[in-house]
Amino acid sequence: MDMETVLSANTLIQASYLLTAFLFIMGLKRMSSPVTARSGILWAGAGMAVATLITFLYPGLSNYGLILVAIAIGSAVAWISGRRVAMTNMPQMIALYNGMGGGAAAAIAAVELYKGEHLPVSVATLAVVGGLIGAVSFSGSLVAFGKLQGLIKRAIRFKGQQIVNLLILAAALFAGVVVISGFDIGPLHVTLVFALALLLGLTMTLPIGGADMPVVISLYNALTGLAVAFEGFVLGNAAMIIAGTVVGSAGTLLTQLMARAMNRSLGNVLFSGFGDTGTTAAAGGAVAGSMKPIDAADVGVMMAFAQKVIVVPGYGMAVAQAQHKVWELCQLLIERGVMVRFAIHPVAGRMPGHMNVLLAEAGVPYDLISDLDEINAEFDTADVALIIGANDVVNPVARNDKSSPIYGMPILNADKAKNVIVIKRGQGAGFSGIENGLFYLDNTRMLYGDGQAAASELIQAVKAV
Amino acid sequence: MTGIVALYIFMLAAFTGYEIIAKVPVILHTPLMSGSNFVHGIVLVGAMVALGQAHTGLEKTIGFVGVLLAAGNAVGGYAVTERMLEMFKSSGSKAAGGKGGQSARGGH
Repeated sequence: MDMETVLSANTLIQASYLLTAFLFIMGLKRMSSPVTARSGILWAGAGMAVATLITFLYPGLSNYGLILVAIAIGSAVAWISGRRVAMTNMPQMIALYNGMGGGAAAAIAAVELYKGEHLPVSVATLAVVGGLIGAVSFSGSLVAFGKLQGLIKRAIRFKGQQIVNLLILAAALFAGVVVISGFDIGPLHVTLVFALALLLGLTMTLPIGGADMPVVISLYNALTGLAVAFEGFVLGNAAMIIAGTVVGSAGTLLTQLMARAMNRSLGNVLFSGFGDTGTTAAAGGAVAGSMKPIDAADVGVMMAFAQKVIVVPGYGMAVAQAQHKVWELCQLLIERGVMVRFAIHPVAGRMPGHMNVLLAEAGVPYDLISDLDEINAEFDTADVALIIGANDVVNPVARNDKSSPIYGMPILNADKAKNVIVIKRGQGAGFSGIENGLFYLDNTRMLYGDGQAAASELIQAVKAV
Repeated sequence: MTGIVALYIFMLAAFTGYEIIAKVPVILHTPLMSGSNFVHGIVLVGAMVALGQAHTGLEKTIGFVGVLLAAGNAVGGYAVTERMLEMFKSSGSKAAGGKGGQSARGGH
């Protein structure tokens, strides 16, 4: 290409990246309201298409065949898996795709550093730091995927783990400094940087329990954004800097919101061992009273003649695939003039907002769904609170027992309803192993059975009224 | 791009990201996390440039893996986000509630 063509190609590319940045920001903005969310992803998708196509005009590129083949394979595999994955498995899919982004950022850093050219210190620093973060995000996200998918069964911990992590980090940083200083940019030190960073991602994430994984995935999402922004600096690519930084800061805030919703600080998630089943089973005081069972027929009558029913779904409902039956039941109640609301705790699914997705899949309109702050005052006026598959998020122990590990966690005040019906498989404790005081209250009745079967029985019972 | 201009971009983009998320209702957290996951799939353009400028076999191999992973991030992120957001409907919209579709505010 002659000089003039190169210049005009550059202008066109820069203009297109500007357009992409605009489309990304508008897209994310639209995604932040349920009314416009659907169009938001289309805007962002258009931005991605523009940027990808225009990059083929980048001056001085070769290896077009390799680029096309890599895009074709990566896209095909991701598209098929993304279309097929069940909604319940969405969190680990996000973790997987996020890890791929982190890996790509690390790969960019690796290609630049393996060239062995003397880079300015600022550029070399950004390349190394971005590569480190990307590699940690890559291996860490893969562990998160493995845990949520059930491939890694338990948290792996040993004494002095944090010291080991710190040593690995220090060694990776030292190797990075050697590379940056240009003292030895031979392949050995570059390899060492990435190998240690990948190892750190593993050792950091393995000890964290499954319940805390959403926060970790969100954190790695933010880290990948940051890594992309840093590699954007290295390549002088404004689209990468803007998109990466926007995701980095948005992701950091989202991580904090999630951690707060779970009553956990980020430091707590990363450096302590809660969030794993079983470890806290013994904690929590004794609960007085007994669990009182009830028949589906009685519950049907109770709900059919109620003025207001609040449904509190938990992840157990999704596991039992009961959301369609529950919505069918609610439609029957709505036809009878009962006011029905769904109360969603921020951590009702596998991650904040996950339960809303699962309910939306069943056809529940989002304006019937309220989050904790909106609905908590309404339990006082509810005739029936129907708890299905939820446990810790309605445990009043979190309000009044200081010795409980979940003390202080914001909960749904289901116990304030006139009648509380709990659909539950058996009498065992919840995900965290903590006894639930709600089950023993005078206004609580237990409807034992599988979520889906119980919901079907309730449908029959309401129809029979 | 000079260093200081890059820093300005970095700062302004950071504020933008913060502002966008600050007003998001909890019900959209999962789709939004997925959407922002898709947005950092822009790493694809960087991976394309890295592979396009690679010379040795090692550079080409790493670059190839980079483009492959980046394409997976972008396309997979788009596929799952679009699927999730597609399902969000209000009870006012015609398709609401599958077979039902009656006014949900029936009671009071």
